[in-house]
Amino acid sequence: MDPVFFLIQVLNGVQYGLLLFLIASGLTLVFGILQVINLAHGSFYMVGAYLAFWFTARSGSLWIAILGGLPLALALGFVIERLMIRFLYRRDHLTQVLLTYGLILIFNEAQRIIFGSDPHSVTVPQIFEGSIRLTDTLSYPIYRLAVSGVCLILVMAMIFVIQKTRLGMYVRAGSVNREMVQLLGVDVGQLSTLVFATGAGLAALAGMVAAPLSSVYPGIGEHILIICFVIVVIGGIGSIKGAFIAALLVGLADTFGKVVVPEFASMSVYAVMAAILLWRPQGLFGRAG
Amino acid sequence: MSRTPRILAWTALAAVILLAFLPQFADRYYIQLFTRIMSSAIFAMSLGLLVSGAGLVSLGHAMFFGLGAYLLVFFSPGDEGAAIWWALPATMAAAAIAALIIGALAVRTSGIYFIMLTLAFGEMLFYLFHDSKLLGGSDGLYVNFRPTVAAFGRDLLSLDDRPTLFYVALVLMVATYLGIGMLLKAPFGRAILGIRVNEQRMKALGYNVYAYKLVVFAIAGALAALAGFLYATQYRSVNPVLFSWRESGLVLMMVILGGLRSRLGPAIGAFALVLVQEALQAVTDDWLIAFGVFVIVVVLLLPNGLAELAGKLTPDRLAKAANDG
Amino acid sequence: MTRQIKDKNLRLTRRAVLGGAAAAAAASTFPAPFVLAQSAKLKVGLMLPYSGTYAALGNNIADALILAVNEKGGKLGGREVEYVRLDDESEPAKGAQNANKLVVGEKVDILVGTVHSGVAAAMVQVVREEGTTLLIPNAGVGDATGKLCAPNIFRTSFSNWQPGYPMGKVAAEMGHKNAVSITWKYAAGEESVQGFKDGFATGGGKVTHDLRVPFPDVEFQALLTEIASIKPDCVYTFFAGGGAVKFVKDYDAAGLKKSIPLYGPGFLTDGTLKAQGASAEGLLTTLHYVEDLKNPINDKFKADFQKATGRPVDVYAVQGYDTGQVLVHGLAAVKGDAKAKKEFYAAMKSFKVSSPRGEWTFSKSQNPVQDFYLRKVENGENRYQKVAVKALAEPTEACKMA
Repeated sequence: MDPVFFLIQVLNGVQYGLLLFLIASGLTLVFGILQVINLAHGSFYMVGAYLAFWFTARSGSLWIAILGGLPLALALGFVIERLMIRFLYRRDHLTQVLLTYGLILIFNEAQRIIFGSDPHSVTVPQIFEGSIRLTDTLSYPIYRLAVSGVCLILVMAMIFVIQKTRLGMYVRAGSVNREMVQLLGVDVGQLSTLVFATGAGLAALAGMVAAPLSSVYPGIGEHILIICFVIVVIGGIGSIKGAFIAALLVGLADTFGKVVVPEFASMSVYAVMAAILLWRPQGLFGRAG
Repeated sequence: MSRTPRILAWTALAAVILLAFLPQFADRYYIQLFTRIMSSAIFAMSLGLLVSGAGLVSLGHAMFFGLGAYLLVFFSPGDEGAAIWWALPATMAAAAIAALIIGALAVRTSGIYFIMLTLAFGEMLFYLFHDSKLLGGSDGLYVNFRPTVAAFGRDLLSLDDRPTLFYVALVLMVATYLGIGMLLKAPFGRAILGIRVNEQRMKALGYNVYAYKLVVFAIAGALAALAGFLYATQYRSVNPVLFSWRESGLVLMMVILGGLRSRLGPAIGAFALVLVQEALQAVTDDWLIAFGVFVIVVVLLLPNGLAELAGKLTPDRLAKAANDG
Repeated sequence: MTRQIKDKNLRLTRRAVLGGAAAAAAASTFPAPFVLAQSAKLKVGLMLPYSGTYAALGNNIADALILAVNEKGGKLGGREVEYVRLDDESEPAKGAQNANKLVVGEKVDILVGTVHSGVAAAMVQVVREEGTTLLIPNAGVGDATGKLCAPNIFRTSFSNWQPGYPMGKVAAEMGHKNAVSITWKYAAGEESVQGFKDGFATGGGKVTHDLRVPFPDVEFQALLTEIASIKPDCVYTFFAGGGAVKFVKDYDAAGLKKSIPLYGPGFLTDGTLKAQGASAEGLLTTLHYVEDLKNPINDKFKADFQKATGRPVDVYAVQGYDTGQVLVHGLAAVKGDAKAKKEFYAAMKSFKVSSPRGEWTFSKSQNPVQDFYLRKVENGENRYQKVAVKALAEPTEACKMA
């Protein structure tokens, strides 16, 4: 492969990985800290995408969409946690799977009833319009670079909050020993709601930010859900750092898989996950046992 | 898994007897619908053995169902049906071998990692069949002639006859249930249950936990392939989506819905899932939402699945409720 | 988005159906005398996607079919019609069961469906066993009129190979010598690309690289970069729906549109233009229909369909409409006796369909032999350019009837 194009493919892989991280970060938070398998995580991504479509169709601006849509998504996460998820904390994983699966069905139907089944587009914000010329045939959309930038900022923000703030400390402690944290006077219930709502918000934000790139249509939630789980598992459940590395790995594997081994490209991501799990059964940075 | 409570066992027996008479009075459509439900029940029971029996939650179990379906296609010559006497055992054996190979890798992990690993293998098999023209591609393959049940040159049964296929499915379903029951009562089964309850202790007692898990994984795979074989016999068309995680998720739903504590749970789940969907579809166009709500309600109100309903409806409970109410 | 049609004659919800199922179950023990059956309603099963990504297609096909029948008095061969809708959700795993529901459960006289090829493949198996008449108003799966063709299976749309061939021919005529193909790794994509290859080869063109995306992945960046490094004369692509929207936009954003022409079958720009926006401007595609075709039947159809449903026409509506026309003609020839299969099929097979897409006939394998048009996207609409290939039939070696 031509070195220039090799580098561009690396860029493609990294950029895709960063976006995947944004989507998966919410899942690893909810899964790692709340110990809840939320199959409806992809649905929050879809909610974000449709909110972006709805707001930009009316206001013409993605900024307004994010400003308006994000609080709505957080509120939705809040409501769902209070109404349903909090009953799942003591239940086993399978029950969580079943209930959140029911949620997916409801979300999908609601989407179909409200928005219909046609594909929709969301326009790129004006300052990010246009592309940078890389070679005589290939240009790189500026918006993609902007999205990568946003993801990087969010990574750093998340790591900062989790590692360096008191809130992050409570969250980490709560994931290890819920009762102890409660005895220490922290309202674990509120903490859980906050974590879940944040997870939902992150997924929705990813949906909004990615909408101009991926177009908005039914089913985008399910497709992204599987990849999210793969990333969370490769990285190790509950580890933001792990999810970040895993997302980059998956992005690169997917990109190079398509180009280098197209015959097996469909399986490349799963093969990577299988290989890693067989080497380190708890994922890259997961807690052993 | 606990012993089936008396009332549940009697209800199940009554249901089987009712099913036995179904072809006499029901429309052809319902005969083939219940045939489908019964092959789903076998599939669900095979997963139930893994999940409730051994504690291994697989999100890729459909890969063995799909394998069973596709193997029937490969074993069927183009101009006549395959002889069931060898086609069915060969299918189950091949699936068991595939399960041993995949299980050898997968069973080394546990919990959520096992779930994801089985998912990964399932998806890899899906793409293998979906992407490859040789294996049929995305539009699937066909069975031109159904398997023959013949001996000494004469046809014993014609699987083209719907009631006949129905009874074959019924017999196989009951046999699967009884077979799993016997397995779990045998020393092997007791060890499996012990592993689910406390793996560490079993290891300490000297059991080769890995080997036991591997064998039960293979048995479950073979049974799933049996269900797939039945499916392909009934419909004669197979598609790679049979391998997909959606199908694996669906059968897992049946097992959970029916109840993880009951050996009848998976079968109950299979019947309930399909029949509730049929009923909802008859009533409203937006049945998917109603179904989603149904699932959520069951989860929140019946932590042990639908099988729990029977426990709640025992005579003394009903009497108590009548007194209280 | 609405499922109901404004014309009250066309009330068709599933609720109406399953009342029927219960009645059918009860009535199965009482065989109706022959005479009664003749004047009884003719049951037409419409197994299509009414939900999910293909819902718009399913609705257009169904509504247009009913429009065609209503134009001729609302009866088929003099008999009242009862339409039985079933949402197949484009789910291949449930395809056989759903087909059974209509054929065995509802005992429909005629089955119409569907959009998704995987589901259609299952339907084909069911009707080959049951003998029910099947009209396929969209699914392009080659086998349906190929390896698995049968006297009771008709298709009124296209086979996946067909729309690709004219594009290949046009590309060769334009002087391109090599091309790269890119599509999802699935049967429809492969068959379409094969059509392009065959057409391209007539002018000496060769497809040098076949790029494939796992289905239903829409992450194209890696392969767009590949295309940029290969620098072919042109690119042939097959995507539909949300995938088509994203691909066209990504292709433009990667700067490829300026230097490497993009071609595809009409599905690339059907129902997607609004979402694709400026990225689709100037795109050339080939299809057996284009909205601004100048013929009186097309003009009338566009107006009537808009009036009846409140939606504009598309190729799927045309296919549905033609399915209705074929049924009207065929059943008129046998005075509504759908069981007189030999005469019924002969009538349909020999029908010259006066369609909004122009006149077409059935091939020996019972797939349309039709003209294909070159279209260009101008100002957000597909515009007719010229006839790319006249009276194109799909290759029929695989079909035993041909």
